[in-house]
Amino acid sequence: MLEARDIGVVLGTRAVLAGVAFQALPGQLTAIVGPNGSGKTTLLRALTLDVAYSGQITLDGEDLRQLKPWVLAARRAVLPQATRLAFPFTVYEVVSLGLSAGIDAGRDHLIPEALAAVGMAGFAGRFFQELSGGEQQRVQLARVLVQVWEPVVEGRPSWLFLDEPVASLDIGHQLEVMQLARSYAEAGGGVVAVMHDLNLTAMFADSVAMLHDGKIMHQGVHQEVLTDDALSLAYGCRLRVNTVPPTGGTYVLPHSAAAP
Amino acid sequence: MAVSTEPATERPTETHAIAGDRRHRAARTTWGLIMLLALVSVAGLNVGAAGASIGDVIAAVFSDKELSLTDRVVLLDIRLPRLALGLLVGASLAVSGAVMQGLFRNPLADPGLVGVSAGAGLGAIVAIVLGTALPLGQALGHYVVPVAAFLGGWISTLVLYRISTRNGRTSVAVMLLAGIALGALAGALSGILVYMANDAQLRDLTFWGLGSLAGATWAKVGAAAPLILLALAAAPFLARSLNALALGEASAAHLGIPVQRMKSIAIMTVAGATGAAVAVSGGIGFIGIVVPHLLRIAVGPDHRYLLLNAALLGAALLVGADMISRSIIAPAELPIGIVTATIGGPFFLWILLRNRGLLDM
Repeated sequence: MLEARDIGVVLGTRAVLAGVAFQALPGQLTAIVGPNGSGKTTLLRALTLDVAYSGQITLDGEDLRQLKPWVLAARRAVLPQATRLAFPFTVYEVVSLGLSAGIDAGRDHLIPEALAAVGMAGFAGRFFQELSGGEQQRVQLARVLVQVWEPVVEGRPSWLFLDEPVASLDIGHQLEVMQLARSYAEAGGGVVAVMHDLNLTAMFADSVAMLHDGKIMHQGVHQEVLTDDALSLAYGCRLRVNTVPPTGGTYVLPHSAAAP
Repeated sequence: MAVSTEPATERPTETHAIAGDRRHRAARTTWGLIMLLALVSVAGLNVGAAGASIGDVIAAVFSDKELSLTDRVVLLDIRLPRLALGLLVGASLAVSGAVMQGLFRNPLADPGLVGVSAGAGLGAIVAIVLGTALPLGQALGHYVVPVAAFLGGWISTLVLYRISTRNGRTSVAVMLLAGIALGALAGALSGILVYMANDAQLRDLTFWGLGSLAGATWAKVGAAAPLILLALAAAPFLARSLNALALGEASAAHLGIPVQRMKSIAIMTVAGATGAAVAVSGGIGFIGIVVPHLLRIAVGPDHRYLLLNAALLGAALLVGADMISRSIIAPAELPIGIVTATIGGPFFLWILLRNRGLLDM
């Protein structure tokens, strides 16, 4: 279990996060949502040790700050929003960077498997810099996947941290990537994702944490968190949550804001 | 999903290499470079103003005829130390360029271009002029010039990195401009020291500043070798980290790289290799930028292969350039810096033209 208690982050002179409590369970997809500037990405960066924070974060009972970088790297992988590469690496070479975190060699066969999983089979020989933004994002996801390929290692869950994993993808690939994250969680791994798309969040997330002004408004199942009032308050515009009768799935309709 | 015309994993080559995996090609290149280096080394021993050749040595070994004293001196005390120095300096210039480019995540970072060589040069000049007056100057003996050059290079690399890198991102423009400023400052301080120097020191400085392997002695080789070998030995341990660093500092940390420690080691490596090379050969430019760039085109940017191949190609290139500098106007010598700049200058412009669109200035 990933547990953050009383997290505060100050960037410059501004307190971006204050008193944040957050939990993510293995076997679940936990989404962090909230408007721009609410502290979503900062919370993820605290959870991945990219920024200095006050408070305590534990991963499966161990204090994050006590774990060696390479030990942590074997247990969790992080997908950044966008990656600019300094040198002309091929797609194959980029994905193989994910393997360099592990100790055991001879896992090269995972590279084509991971590329196939993100719908990029056949791209191994291409140059990363020549791909489109969405293709680059999926190659990075493949790199992250090979780093923690097994969702459970010796009874301990592996973790994926994804910063807006579907932001630059078309709708088909959005579903594909969310499905991938979902099945990773179903196989016993933990997934924490910063999400902008509330519909995908409602479709795929087991637990949703909504941030507003650097604080968690509420964390729980989406039916409890994504409510008319909470969304309207957080996003500063009138939003109404609706469900489609046959399946009961939740969806968010921005058009309803125009209606009285 | 876009469908590639190529099959997913295999490309029909004799090694059945996987598409995008350039490790076999890199390994083959290493063997090729080893052979090139051997050839160039033999040629370097053979070529020169005096008539001595390896043929004479072989003839002497297989017959009763003794090798003449002149030939012995020419081969063992002039050409051989010069070859050794050329190999060491060439390898260290190319490796320090490659490590620096990896550290700054930029193919244009080069110790000569961004003031690190100038800083190392200042250190060397301080040691030549103030010499034994320096703390530890007496104790260090022969090593005082390389050690001072290392310190000069280390300080300039540290300052440059601090100035041009913010939040884990390096600005090319700031890096190059700060390099110009650092180079100018080091040049001015060097000028003041030259002004203070006495006649004997001026003679030393002039020879040193020509940028040349002329006057190579076993003593010089011995003075530079420890630092250079230390830096070359450290480089392979940086390879994986430099690969990860290409993704950015945050992603490198997520891959388990102790980023801060690794950066300190990389900066020391650059300073050690550049400092020692500058201390014994003055400023020889462009090897550090030409060699890694050519190899990235040929076998890709994976530092696990790039660093070794750069050492081999850098050594071969410098020994080759030295051969040109010795023979083109023999028995006189052209400073080797002129040869490398004549080849390297246009090459650098070509790199700039190729990358104009990619540079984020």
